[in-house]
Amino acid sequence: MTRPILKWTLAAAVAFAASSVMADTLKIGAVGPKTGPLAGGAVVTYWPNVQLWAHDVNARGGLKVGDKTYTIEIFEYDDQTNPAQTIAAVQRLATQDKADFILPPYSTGLNLAAAPIYDRYGYPQITSTATSDQVEKLSGQFPNLYITLGSASGIVNGLVDTMKGLRDAGTLGNTIAMVNVADAFGIELAEAARPAFKEAGFEIVYDTSYPLGTQDLSPVMKGAKDAKPSAFIAFSYPPDTFGLTEQAIIEDLDVDVFFTAVATAFPAYAGRFGAAAEGVMGIGGVNADDPAFQEYAARHKDVTGNAPDYWASAMVYSTFQIYEQAIEGAGTIDKAAVAEYIKSHDFDTVIGKIAWDEHNNNPAYWTVGQWQGGVFRGVASTGRDGAVKPIVKDGWK
Amino acid sequence: MDILFTGLLLGGTYALIALGLNLQYGMARVINLANGETLVAGGFGAYWFFTAQQVPPLLTVFLVAPLAFALNWLIYVVVLRPLVKRAKSRGRIEVDMILTTFGLSFVAVGLMLALFGGDYFSYSYLARPITLIGETYALNRVTAFLGAALLCVALWLWLYHSRTGMSVRAISVSPESAGLVGIDVPRLAALAFALGGAITAMGGALVSMFLTLDASTGVIFTLKALIIVIMGGVGDIRGTIVAALLLGVLETFVATVIDPGLTLASAYLLFILILLLRPQGLFGRSRT
Amino acid sequence: MTRPEVQSLSIGTVLFALAACLPFLSDAYLLSIGVTIAMYTVLATSWALFSGPTHYISLATAAFFGLGAYTTALGIEHLPYWLLLPIAGVLGAVLAALVGLATLRLSGVYFVIFTLGLAELVRQIITWGQNMSGTKGLYVLTAITEEHIYWQLTALAALVFLTGWLIARSRLGFAVRILGDDEEVARHVGIHTARVKVLLFMVPGAVAAITGAMLAPRYVYIEPAIAFTPMLSFQVVIMALLGGTGRLWGPIVGVIPFTFLWEAISGTFPNQTTLLLGLAFLAIVYLLPNGFTGLLEAARSRLKGAPA
Repeated sequence: MTRPILKWTLAAAVAFAASSVMADTLKIGAVGPKTGPLAGGAVVTYWPNVQLWAHDVNARGGLKVGDKTYTIEIFEYDDQTNPAQTIAAVQRLATQDKADFILPPYSTGLNLAAAPIYDRYGYPQITSTATSDQVEKLSGQFPNLYITLGSASGIVNGLVDTMKGLRDAGTLGNTIAMVNVADAFGIELAEAARPAFKEAGFEIVYDTSYPLGTQDLSPVMKGAKDAKPSAFIAFSYPPDTFGLTEQAIIEDLDVDVFFTAVATAFPAYAGRFGAAAEGVMGIGGVNADDPAFQEYAARHKDVTGNAPDYWASAMVYSTFQIYEQAIEGAGTIDKAAVAEYIKSHDFDTVIGKIAWDEHNNNPAYWTVGQWQGGVFRGVASTGRDGAVKPIVKDGWK
Repeated sequence: MDILFTGLLLGGTYALIALGLNLQYGMARVINLANGETLVAGGFGAYWFFTAQQVPPLLTVFLVAPLAFALNWLIYVVVLRPLVKRAKSRGRIEVDMILTTFGLSFVAVGLMLALFGGDYFSYSYLARPITLIGETYALNRVTAFLGAALLCVALWLWLYHSRTGMSVRAISVSPESAGLVGIDVPRLAALAFALGGAITAMGGALVSMFLTLDASTGVIFTLKALIIVIMGGVGDIRGTIVAALLLGVLETFVATVIDPGLTLASAYLLFILILLLRPQGLFGRSRT
Repeated sequence: MTRPEVQSLSIGTVLFALAACLPFLSDAYLLSIGVTIAMYTVLATSWALFSGPTHYISLATAAFFGLGAYTTALGIEHLPYWLLLPIAGVLGAVLAALVGLATLRLSGVYFVIFTLGLAELVRQIITWGQNMSGTKGLYVLTAITEEHIYWQLTALAALVFLTGWLIARSRLGFAVRILGDDEEVARHVGIHTARVKVLLFMVPGAVAAITGAMLAPRYVYIEPAIAFTPMLSFQVVIMALLGGTGRLWGPIVGVIPFTFLWEAISGTFPNQTTLLLGLAFLAIVYLLPNGFTGLLEAARSRLKGAPA
């Protein structure tokens, strides 16, 4: 039963043979989908970062905790996108593998299903892929649960402000076609967007939802086009983000703002649509000019063979960095002490500084990004540096 | 008019998803729960050949088909036939086939994960508009529809105008009596199963031009294919084609006129209504 | 009551009493496996009560389970938890009765796919309803612990076994046995086969709904993709068939080894979990054609047959 990933342990072993310091190992658990409906997203943004983080920490000699040094050993489990399996795996990590720390699971549903176990055993759970509109309630029930991805209302406000800016500059009209996938995040975003657009004086001329797994989005796109909007906003998931964009190209949807949600920031998006992606807005974003991010992206490409995306990848990695810094900062591997350290400190990560609000929420995150010159750059955030000016979409070429 | 066209295009996609399963279930009596994985594998073939070798998907179809045929033939002969031989009753075969192909679908997902990785395979091919009677459609969807139509015609000619095809139909009606009149039932069942797999993989290569697939998405297509095959009536390709087109038009109609949020619900509703009114499916033979 | 009946009843009682003691070992890992086993025991045993004698393979488990989970999720803010379980049970039974009445004319694989379609239809309608009302996932934040859930499931399992045992002893059970052997014969001797099937189908419907209601607090967050996952329906079928549906205790001897196998594979080979699970299915179908019960009974008859 050789669970740890041989490669990383070997690299670590070589590093330490040289310095002839015997290092202890820290057992770190990781649970996420490798199969099932969410696997497609998790293999782009979650698993490569687990690999990269373990590599990075071990390559620099391991975690320095007090006068001891720990290398990292990752214990990973495939939860098959099934909350029952997430629960079982986290339970197993906590009580059988006796993991020192457990990285957060993937997605809102799976994180919340596992939250009671993190809570019971006192593991800090710094989520990177969960959102919630009920943070007050959650932080009351699970004091060790942290949310960094941001909330639907924050993202929507970023979008509305971006569009207001373009409208005030006279480059964007007043009408919006809005569609959303009828699933958790899509519903929440659409629900937050309706009043926000109205309040900002926009007129929603087409508003509909479609089920997850819809195989033909052309009726949606035709309906949107017939409404002659000046902006098209889709709160979409990975397969339909691609599908809607392709339909827009085919229908030659002529809008000044074209926004799709999850997966717009994936490198595969630009890979598939090439020059047509120019000017497309999407959820998330990064400060692509920040050297911290650029170094991270280069390492990601080096170690995992693929480029990171321009949103969740760095978010996921940044939460792992919080564990890293908190363990070293607290100078102990005692979970309670590390949890206390996390609560009371700020952290410098690849996405910049992360500081908590009173509900263990990260209040500063990217909300809207845009493909500009082959790079997905952040154009709006709730307090991040490095936003670029948004441009209007100029056809599909 | 536009609804009808868009719906028929979608129906063509559905026919590609379901035709192979109809052959496998109707003729070879294997309710293949790994149907979707075959489709995804075909789609991956198209993706890989296109991105790594610049082979257009329309050509890949002809590369994928013999491969899938051979693989499915092997699966039938090695994995499934011993179970058919062992079983004492029809019901027993059905149960064993459900268990086995469910296991096979897991194996297939696992293999694809190991070989291709879990990432989306997404590429752009023929994503251009084409104008027909004043309305625009996606060229890749139209192409896939034509592919589906060609496949249907070819399958039809083979089943109804060739000796082998006739024999295959005979085993779908009654394997026992087909055996009595000198038809090599085990060989033809293997042939039907392999052909079904090849068609599904070709369908996968075609639909991958516009659908974004990943190693785990197979189950969605399996569910859809099962529903179309059952709705149309087992063992009759006309039924599958009509059911696929009907479903495509209905979903498009609901999406355009009522609410896109209800498309899948309406599809299942149609399925359930049809079964309530015609328990054997649209073209199925009623059993005594 | 005959002597063997008293015997099996008392053995059953002792076994359940033992099972109920699991939480006292205070091994949380074992307990979480215990919850999984108890859950699938309940689902697979009640499934086999209907599908065993009628040979109808139902893939509607997820529909009932999701219905129950949503009953808890929607009701937890307004009603006491203990009231929600029977409500879920009644809803499940009503849905099962409706489905049963509608699907009586279907046979074989048509029924299989119909039940699958039903689960998807319910899921789609709930998804759409959520979108209309603008609520996304529902939170079930309670103080219910893993121990509570385990005990509830064990009690429900006892209830299912008792129901199965009572049915077997009743006139209904007699009718079911004849129906299972030959439906024609059953009709000729005046058995109302339709009514029998519908009554029988209500059992797994109600039980799966109650199970869903009990597990909602464990999942904390309920959304259609979680509550209505079609995988659940398939797993229940696989486990029950692997155990054997001919006997009341058949499914449980499928559930227990299967759960441990699943756990061992996913624990040892995180990157090949799905592949190895698939291979394990295939191996079981080949090596145990009559399920685990077949294996046990063969062993028993060999023991009896062997000279002492």
